[in-house]
Amino acid sequence: MSHAFDLALCALILGAAVLAVTGRNVFGAIVFYVVYGVLLALAWLILGAVDVALAEAAIGAGVTGVLLIGAWQGLADAGGLEDEAPRPVFLRLAAVAGAGALGGLIALAVISLPGGDGLTLAVVDNQDRLELGNPVNAVLLGFRAYDTLLETLVLTAALAAVWSLTRTRVWGGVPGPGHVTRPDGVMASFGRLLPPAGLLVAVYLVWVGADAPGGAFQAGTVLAAVWILIVLSGLQDEPRLNSLPLRLMIIAGPAVFLGAGLAGAAAGAVMGYPDGHAKSVILVIEYALTLSIAATLALLIAGPARRAP
Amino acid sequence: MMDDLFMLAALGVLLSVAGALIRAWRGPSRADRMMSAQLIGSGGVGMAVLIAAARSEPAMLDVALVLALLSAFAALAFVKTVTPAGAGDPEADEADAP
Amino acid sequence: MSVMETIIAALLALGVFFYFAGTIGLLRFPDTHSRLHALTKADNLGLGFIVIAAALHWGDGWIAAKLALVWVLALFAAGMAAQLVARAALKAEGRE
Repeated sequence: MSHAFDLALCALILGAAVLAVTGRNVFGAIVFYVVYGVLLALAWLILGAVDVALAEAAIGAGVTGVLLIGAWQGLADAGGLEDEAPRPVFLRLAAVAGAGALGGLIALAVISLPGGDGLTLAVVDNQDRLELGNPVNAVLLGFRAYDTLLETLVLTAALAAVWSLTRTRVWGGVPGPGHVTRPDGVMASFGRLLPPAGLLVAVYLVWVGADAPGGAFQAGTVLAAVWILIVLSGLQDEPRLNSLPLRLMIIAGPAVFLGAGLAGAAAGAVMGYPDGHAKSVILVIEYALTLSIAATLALLIAGPARRAP
Repeated sequence: MMDDLFMLAALGVLLSVAGALIRAWRGPSRADRMMSAQLIGSGGVGMAVLIAAARSEPAMLDVALVLALLSAFAALAFVKTVTPAGAGDPEADEADAP
Repeated sequence: MSVMETIIAALLALGVFFYFAGTIGLLRFPDTHSRLHALTKADNLGLGFIVIAAALHWGDGWIAAKLALVWVLALFAAGMAAQLVARAALKAEGRE
């Protein structure tokens, strides 16, 4: 029975992906992409990768939909949706070739993976030294911490790239269109009702992350979603982008992470943690990262400043 | 035995989700497409619960929790697209809109 | 099959039935607003029965509470979305 479900899920994932790419209707393509995210989260769940499933559920099914619908809105406002002229054939062929080459390379990388359990045993043998029960976070914040550090810096760099699109006149101003809703309406009520539950779930996810699936990225994404919800429902406008506390929040995670890494370097091993205190250091890094990831993701979706400070 | 039963139910929900994709394809209105995304999101929550029950792994329920929490986000962003610049509230009357 | 297993199987069958009812309503009903009606009622009940079945399967209070939270969140989301999507569909019709 389990195999029948796996096969049907695979078929549906492929179907949703094909429809998202080939659909003529831009809004329909967005819906298929969100559906694809939900199905992919289930696939990770079937594979037993609960950490990845959590991240995919939060990013793919939650935040990406808001981002893409915002992009659709921008296209519609700019009149880009009326542009029905089909793209030149060579351009489409080039896109197919590029996607095919990338897919082929990934397939090659997967096939060339060493068989067996890979590094699983090495991780399980050593994770006790970090006092973490969750092997995924032992890898992310312990054994391969520099990877994670660079990933958080990529997020920060992406935000800087988005901000660099700001018009000079409104630099440091407020992003987004300035949402206004009916004060006692359904939307505003929902904006009041959901954030407490969202905060609870986010704190829970970062808390269990040490010993069970969860962690900074998943919790940060849920927090970002709460932030976006409060803005969309018109309860609170986006902050000014030149606000110092906001900018400190954005770099807090990478800064704490980098500081811990450099402190390790001074003690002898770059990104090494002091024996016996590894878990405390990792938890501090995780909490700081959660805040920074939340702020960065929410501001990435808000886009560059549109109104003067 | 029980895990097969839960996976059978998950397969049933998956098939109903596949049916909902047809509505997302046909439309005709954007609201129709959005509704099928809603149904598939709620099907995803159901399937996550069923998979967690089939494996008897409570940690997997967190995925259902996150999906349920965020399932309405896209819908919220969508309903704002019918208002000017996507900044309003479809419930607000034109008279008191800014 | 024990009594509990029979109950769980019946609840799962009901849950899947309501998901199918939602899909059939979404596909067969004639206009946007009636489709919305089919959808919101059916998928909430479907998830509700599945959640009860899973809670009985575990028979643990904390897990049941988490499952209840999942269902309540889904109910809130569906209620909000139904109200606003209905308004949005009305507005879009008026404009076209």
